[in-house]
Amino acid sequence: MNHRKTLTGTLLAAALLASGCTGGGGSPKGADAKAADDPSQVSGSITVLTHRTDIVQDGTMQKYADEFNKTYPKVKVEFDAITDYEAEVKIRMNTENYGDVLMIPAVIQKNDYPKFFASLGTQEELSEKYRFTGFTTVDGKVYGQSPMGATPGFLYNKRIWAEAGVTAWPTTPAEFLTALKAIKSKTDATPYYTNFAAQWPLTQWTYINGSVSCDTGATTELAEDNPWGEDGELRVGDQLLYDIVNQGLIEKDPATTNWENSKPQLAKGEIATAWLGSWAIIQFRQAAEKAGADPDDIGFMPFPARVDGKACATANPDYNQAVNIHSQHKEAARAWIDWFTDKSGYAADNLSISTLKDDPLPEVLKPYEEEGVELIELDDTAGGTVKDIDSASEVGIYGPAYRQDLVDLARGAKDGSLDDFLADLGKRWTEAQKTLGS
Amino acid sequence: MPRTRTTDPSHATEKVARPSAAAPPPPTPRRAPRKVRLWRKLTPWLFLAAPLALLIAFTYAPVANMLAYSFTDWDGVSPELNYTGIDNYIEIFTRPELFRVFFVSGYYLAASAVQIAAALYFATILSFDIRFRNLFKGILFFPYLINGVAIGFVFLYFFQDGGTLDSVLALFGHESDRAWLSTSTSANISLAGVSVWRYMGLNFVLFLGAIQSIPGELYEAAELDGASRWHQFRYIIAPGIRPVLSLSVILSISGSLSVFEIPYIMTGGATGTETFVIQTVKLAFQFNKTGLASAAAVVLLLIILAVTWLQRRLVPDERVDLV
Repeated sequence: MNHRKTLTGTLLAAALLASGCTGGGGSPKGADAKAADDPSQVSGSITVLTHRTDIVQDGTMQKYADEFNKTYPKVKVEFDAITDYEAEVKIRMNTENYGDVLMIPAVIQKNDYPKFFASLGTQEELSEKYRFTGFTTVDGKVYGQSPMGATPGFLYNKRIWAEAGVTAWPTTPAEFLTALKAIKSKTDATPYYTNFAAQWPLTQWTYINGSVSCDTGATTELAEDNPWGEDGELRVGDQLLYDIVNQGLIEKDPATTNWENSKPQLAKGEIATAWLGSWAIIQFRQAAEKAGADPDDIGFMPFPARVDGKACATANPDYNQAVNIHSQHKEAARAWIDWFTDKSGYAADNLSISTLKDDPLPEVLKPYEEEGVELIELDDTAGGTVKDIDSASEVGIYGPAYRQDLVDLARGAKDGSLDDFLADLGKRWTEAQKTLGS
Repeated sequence: MPRTRTTDPSHATEKVARPSAAAPPPPTPRRAPRKVRLWRKLTPWLFLAAPLALLIAFTYAPVANMLAYSFTDWDGVSPELNYTGIDNYIEIFTRPELFRVFFVSGYYLAASAVQIAAALYFATILSFDIRFRNLFKGILFFPYLINGVAIGFVFLYFFQDGGTLDSVLALFGHESDRAWLSTSTSANISLAGVSVWRYMGLNFVLFLGAIQSIPGELYEAAELDGASRWHQFRYIIAPGIRPVLSLSVILSISGSLSVFEIPYIMTGGATGTETFVIQTVKLAFQFNKTGLASAAAVVLLLIILAVTWLQRRLVPDERVDLV
């Protein structure tokens, strides 16, 4: 018995010793990944971590790499496609080994970027040529570059909307609800599809931020005000979502929705509308082709709010590519990021908004031009603070939980009133603002 | 992260299969030379080296790490972390809403009772000589072999509106088409049902093993004395498997407190199906409060240890002596 005790003691001591090795030492700060002057001289082998498992598997990524090698012959590019990108990369980022180029995981706090990534240059310089630089700028330096951008909006089936007699885009939430009601009474389609079970589609509702007020400072408002207050942007969106669900304009059983199935269903007209983003258009069109439906039926409309008669849509970056601060081949890594953004045609291939300011809008957003929708880019200076508040308050505007609760509340699976629910969110949010401010 | 039910069987079988008494030490007529004696002392440790290394590296070191994190404000990725003392524990115990999720465990606790009763029933029946008994054993144990993620997805289709369950009910003329996962009560009952389906096989195998270790002569003697099947169960089987039974109860209670996979995959904790572990995972990975989540995990570990201790106190592990 006594013997066993000593053994346990040894084990415990060993375990405690092992735990002492956490936390790691300091990492280099302020490294730069400068662009090379002469492409033919850049050399090295780089690994690119990417969430696009689909296009790595079908060889599209390799085609980009081959094209890249025509300009940079001495750089060898390898891809590491990761299915559960966020979770896996987060853990790998506890070491120094997280590829040479990677997409910045959402979990990394903006203010920590300089600890993990090499700077690509100053915002002053890069913003002349590129959109979205503000989203990765810390202290005037840019740490990431999105190869493409998207704008949130409603994907809808044009044929079904026309059958219900709605041809013009609704301009207020009330009009939008009326349109959905018309769809419910005049067609067999599900007016709105929540994708409740897939969870992340619900988080897309947070990106209405800026569409309601048409204010580029909307993110700063989030950091400083109550988003569910009298004129809060999120209140407008959440109220609309609540009304849609509450008035029975959604699928019958949200708890078992299926994201993959929702694509052909919308294409075929079984679903009329879903709030997603312009990045989804290509996926739904492909699903339409597969299902034998007309890809041109898939339309895209902005949030039903107008400021001085004008609709605003926000342009947001996709995953930002960054250079690992520990990379041995920063020049080669930078060359890949620049080439991929400027020359690869990735944005056009995905029917998305180009990062280059001079490029025209993609063809799918032509109706936006015709209707005079203004594309704005939000100022993301306070973006880091908003995420801090979000975590501290445990509201989770970038997570699914609170919108799932909202939907449950609206369909009567949870007790309470919307006003109390939003007031509670606002209370937690403003309290977190105070704690962080102190 | 606390151990969930999936990891427990090793622990269980170890208990069941352990030989009852160690062999008596061999007589040592003459003292062996020094070198030989040293080797003799070292040999067991050499055999133990590999499992001990694995045990330390993959069980005790991570737990120690978790304990260390629970005293910090680490966000899970930042290279910087500060020691905050017991702040995380204070926060946990001053936020009663964090413990409200334990009500959900009640559903799984009730399901565990059903699960153990059913497993006991099947184990008893199949321990007697009946036709196709090996086939039935296989069928009952099979669900336990399937990956938990696969089970989650299978049952999502099963409970879908107009899915498998609704079609089967329709075959019996019950035209229900209800959204099984759409209200808090029905969702929790459905999920607990899945858990019964999955883990009953494990209890069943444990019981069956214990029942089969009861000497056959006992049944014969009982039958000669005119005991019915029920009497055999009541006076031979039930007392014979008592240690396994109480072990199963402990496992199912700790399992009910730390349910994770099935609700996480199927509902993600929506519609009032959130369990303590899901809440902890959300704290760690959605709100980046790894320190607080570690503290929550430690608290759960302590709760489970306390419940187990209490249970051992109330139902002491008595030696079984049938003959």
